[in-house]
Amino acid sequence: MQVLRLLFTRLATTAITLAGVAVIVFFVIRVVPGNPIAMMLPPGATEDDIARLSALYGLDKPLLTQFGIWVAGVIQGDFGTSITTRQPVLDLVLGRLPATLELSIMALIMAMILGGAAALTGTRFRGGRTEGAIDVANGMALSVPDFLWGLVLILLFGVLMPVFHISGRVTPSLELPFTTNFYLFESLIRLRFDLWADIVAHMFMPALALAIPLAAIIGQLLKQSLKETVNLDYVTLARTKGYGETRVILREALRNAALPTLTLVGVQFTFLIGGTVIIERLFSYEGLGNMAIDAVINRDLPLIQGIVILFAVIFTGVNLIVDLLYTVLNPRLRHG
Amino acid sequence: MSFLSIRNLSVRLKKGPPLLRRVSLDVAAGEVRGLVGESGAGKSMIGKAVLGILPPSIEVTEGEILLDGVDLLRLPLAERRKRIGAMAALIPQDPLTALNPSHRIGPQITDRLVDILGWTRPKADARARELLAEVQIPDPDRVLRSYPHELSGGMRQRILIASAFAAEPRLIVADEPTTALDVTVQKQILKLIAGMQARHGTALLFVTHDLGVVSKVCQKLSVLYAGMVVEDTSVTDFFAAPRHAYSAALLAATPKYTDPLAGLQPVPDAVIAAVQAEVAAFDKGVAHG
Repeated sequence: MQVLRLLFTRLATTAITLAGVAVIVFFVIRVVPGNPIAMMLPPGATEDDIARLSALYGLDKPLLTQFGIWVAGVIQGDFGTSITTRQPVLDLVLGRLPATLELSIMALIMAMILGGAAALTGTRFRGGRTEGAIDVANGMALSVPDFLWGLVLILLFGVLMPVFHISGRVTPSLELPFTTNFYLFESLIRLRFDLWADIVAHMFMPALALAIPLAAIIGQLLKQSLKETVNLDYVTLARTKGYGETRVILREALRNAALPTLTLVGVQFTFLIGGTVIIERLFSYEGLGNMAIDAVINRDLPLIQGIVILFAVIFTGVNLIVDLLYTVLNPRLRHG
Repeated sequence: MSFLSIRNLSVRLKKGPPLLRRVSLDVAAGEVRGLVGESGAGKSMIGKAVLGILPPSIEVTEGEILLDGVDLLRLPLAERRKRIGAMAALIPQDPLTALNPSHRIGPQITDRLVDILGWTRPKADARARELLAEVQIPDPDRVLRSYPHELSGGMRQRILIASAFAAEPRLIVADEPTTALDVTVQKQILKLIAGMQARHGTALLFVTHDLGVVSKVCQKLSVLYAGMVVEDTSVTDFFAAPRHAYSAALLAATPKYTDPLAGLQPVPDAVIAAVQAEVAAFDKGVAHG
C-alpha cells in the first residue's frame, strides 16, 4: 500500500515537473541568440531565403503558437522532426538513450564498488594509517572533476599503456547482430562475449571517469555513517557473540549505515548523468549527451527540447527508484 | 578454581586517568556476583573488559582476565572473540538500542548458534522458540518474524535475555538490565533473570547500582569506588555488617520502602573524603612502584 501511494503521488508531481521543464526549455532556447536558419544557410543568403525557410519550419509564427503546436504534438507522442537530420526526434533520442543508460549504470556500479570498498576498508582499519590513506585518496578523487579524470585515463590507458579504446562505443568493423541499442546488455544475453569484451573496452574509461568523483562521495559518506554505526549497542552486542570485526561490520552495521548514503547516491547519480554530456563528447561515445552538444551547436530546437525532456524524465525516475528502495531497505518505513 | 577470575585489572583512558585500579574478583561456576557502586565507579567497565568490548579509547594497562583458566588479554582478537562468544554472553542495559533495527528477531537469537556453533537452521529455530517460551513470550512464532520496532521495551528485554542464554553460556554479564525499563516491568525481568540463572546454572556478573536488586539476586558482592574494589564479601555478610565505611554509607543511603523520604541519606562527606584519600594513597603507591 505504502509503495502504491508513493507511486501515485510521485506520478502526479512528475507531470507538473515535466510541464515546467517543457516551458523553460522551449522559451529559453528561443530567447538566446542564434537560430537554426542562420546555421543552415550559407553566408550571403537573401532575406527572402531566410523567410521561406523559417516558414517551412514554422519559426515565423508567434512564440505562443509555436509552443501550442509543440505541446499538442508531444501529448500525442510526436516530439517533432530534427531540423538537422530531418528524422523524428523521438526515434533519434530513443535510439541514443540505451548508450547513455548503459554508460551511466556502468559508472554507478563502478562507483558503488569502489566507494563501498573504500568505506568498508577504512572502517575495518579505522584510526590507523590505512584509513588516513583512504581519506587522502578520497579527497583527491573528489577535488578533480570527471572530465579531467577522463583526460588522465586517456593518457594512462589510451596512450602510455593502450589497453582500452579511447573513442566510440564499439569497434566499427565488427558486425553487430543486435535488435536493440542496449549493446552491453544484449551481447551478454546472446552470449557474444567477444562483442561484450569489445564494448566494455570502449566503455571502461568514460564510465570510470564518471565513477571516480561519485565513488569518493560514496566512500566518504558511507565510511562516516559506518563509523557511527559500529559503536551502537547492537553492533557491540554482536561482538560478544563471537563474530570477527569484518563480519560484524558487514552483517550488523552495513545495512543501517547504507540508508543515508542511498539518498545521496540518488541525487549524485543525476549529476553523474549530467556529466555524461561532456564525457561522451570527450570519448566520442555515441550517446544522448554527445547528441545534445551537436543539437545545441546546430540550434536544432526540436531535438534540444526532446533531449532535455528525456533527461528530466530520467532524473525524476531515478529519484522515484531511490525512494522506493529506501522503503524496501528500511523496515520501519514499510508499515507507516 | 573460579570460572571467571579477574586479577589486578587496571584500565585507563588512553594517556588519561585510571578508570579501574587493580581490580580483582572471582565468579565461581553457577555463582551470582553483584557489582555495585555509584555512576562512574567503573562497574560497567569491568563487564565490558570481560566481554572484550571496551571502547577503543580505553586501554588495559595491567592484569589478567581468566575465563575458564585462559587469560583473555593474551589471546589474539579473533580467538578472544570466539572464546568469549562460546562461553559468555551479555544482557545489555538498553533493550531499545541493543537489537538491530533492520533484522528480524529470529535471526538475532539464532545467528550465533548457526554461524559460530555450527548448528543447523531448523535446530536453532526450534531452540529459539523454546527460549521465547521460557521467557514467557506469547506467540513465539509471530515474535520471531517481527522487527524490533514492533515490540515493547519489556518484550525486547525478554528477547535479549533469551538470546543471552541461547548458546548455554557458562557466564553471563548483566549490565544494569533493568535500568532502562519501567518500574512495573523491572521486577518481572529481575525475577526472570534470577529464575533462568538458577535453572541453567549459569554464573552471573550482575552490574547494578541497586542494593535491593543485589539482596534478591546475588550471593557475592563487590563494592566499587573510583575504580577500586573497596569491599569484596558475601551478600549475607554485607547486609548484616558492611566492613568498609563507604559500603555502610551506601547501604544507609538506600531508600526504605516503608518510609521512602526518611531513608534518603546522602553518603556523608567524611566518608567520601576518607575513601578518596584511600584512592589517592593507592595512586601514590603505584607511582612509586
